[in-house]
Amino acid sequence: MSEEVSITKTIDARGSYCPGPLMELVKAIKHGQVGDVYELLSSDSGSAKDVPEWVNKMGHELIYCKPEGDFWRIAVRKTK
Amino acid sequence: MTKRIVIIGGSVAGTMVANRLAKSMVKELYDGELEIILLTNSLQHIYQPGFLFIAFNEGFLEQFQKNQKELVHPKINLIIDQAKIIDVKNNKVVTEGQSLDYDFLVIATGSYPDMNSVPGLAEAGHTFYTLEGAVKLQEAMLNFKGGTLLLTIDVPHKCPVAPLEFIFMADDFYRELGIREKVKLKYTYPIGRVHSMEAIASWAVQEFDKRGIEYEVYFNLEKVDPERKIAYTMDGAEHPFDLLVSIPAHRGAQVIKDSGLGDEDGFIPTDRYTLKMEGQDNVYVVGDATNLPVSKAGSTAHYEADIVVKNIISELKGIPASHRYDGKTFCFIETGLKEATYITFNYEQPPRLCPPSEMLHWFKLSYNEIYWLAARGLL
Repeated sequence: MSEEVSITKTIDARGSYCPGPLMELVKAIKHGQVGDVYELLSSDSGSAKDVPEWVNKMGHELIYCKPEGDFWRIAVRKTK
Repeated sequence: MTKRIVIIGGSVAGTMVANRLAKSMVKELYDGELEIILLTNSLQHIYQPGFLFIAFNEGFLEQFQKNQKELVHPKINLIIDQAKIIDVKNNKVVTEGQSLDYDFLVIATGSYPDMNSVPGLAEAGHTFYTLEGAVKLQEAMLNFKGGTLLLTIDVPHKCPVAPLEFIFMADDFYRELGIREKVKLKYTYPIGRVHSMEAIASWAVQEFDKRGIEYEVYFNLEKVDPERKIAYTMDGAEHPFDLLVSIPAHRGAQVIKDSGLGDEDGFIPTDRYTLKMEGQDNVYVVGDATNLPVSKAGSTAHYEADIVVKNIISELKGIPASHRYDGKTFCFIETGLKEATYITFNYEQPPRLCPPSEMLHWFKLSYNEIYWLAARGLL
């Protein structure tokens, strides 16, 4: 199912500590359109926890969150 | 034939690049083989960290600004004009008064806090991220006799630790004025902790608890009602305030948008190592103007400037641009009116925070003066 998702924008935040991967995603979501799908690449394993928590809290949709080598690939849809 | 380097932007990044290039290529400048143009829209060079001190009546503008002519190398061609269009296809920059062809271009156009990014914010809120804002906030802070001071933070913004500095300084400020018990300080942050860096967040929460500073996470400002003094967040909650201080989302310079070069926020897609503009071999981007996932901070600009200068010099000499930016950032953090700490990190090394001390506070104050040596390319 995840392979069928059309990514609006990929955010490569690998190696980013400040403002950090989640903040880069927050920026994209705030400025994006409802329905946009963002794929975040993060080398911070904390993102696998932080991002789903934020997405859930804000009411957006987590499409997938999967490890790939030394980084994580996380896709989120802006729902409102 | 004379090679020409045009640098757009006379703040920290642009001035450092210009001066360091000039210092390294003095012979070529005097022989007429090289011309360096620094294009800036202001004769005044302002040290932006000074705005925080102005907001707390701890300093005056005169301490934090110098005439650009005093700072630049005498062989730099300083042009005070507004860049209107950057034409990378034809290697030229069009200003209000002229057109400048270039062999190499350095874009150092910075970023600005957009108080119009959230409805109602410009009318209801203050910011210390501009000179005008800091002066107005100083008056508001001095006249504030009690109530809720709400601090909101949006993304991206420059100087990632300044919001914490502000709230700690506000805590000291109102204690010194003897009214701290009447002032509720509330710090907010958009994600699930009080700062994007875990090391800083862990330390800050302890400080908040020690000082009685309230905080709320997952706080994403969506609009403000200036009449009722209520801030509304993404989760639908309402947050009343008496004094609103905001660090709004920053945008890239207008010329970037007008030239069709940047992303939706006006920041330029940049290679994170070479600092070249993506798709352009003779255009470098430095400082806040990049879209890199690094801190928008003076130290970042300083370290990036080093790399850009070395790469341009290499290319002028016919050598490939082999120098790489490693993501290094170094930030002082004022932890009140009398103590400071610092944090440093790069693409590979996670942030390290050292214990606050009075000595680091004095070093930070010293840096307010040492900065001018860095701007002159001497540090």
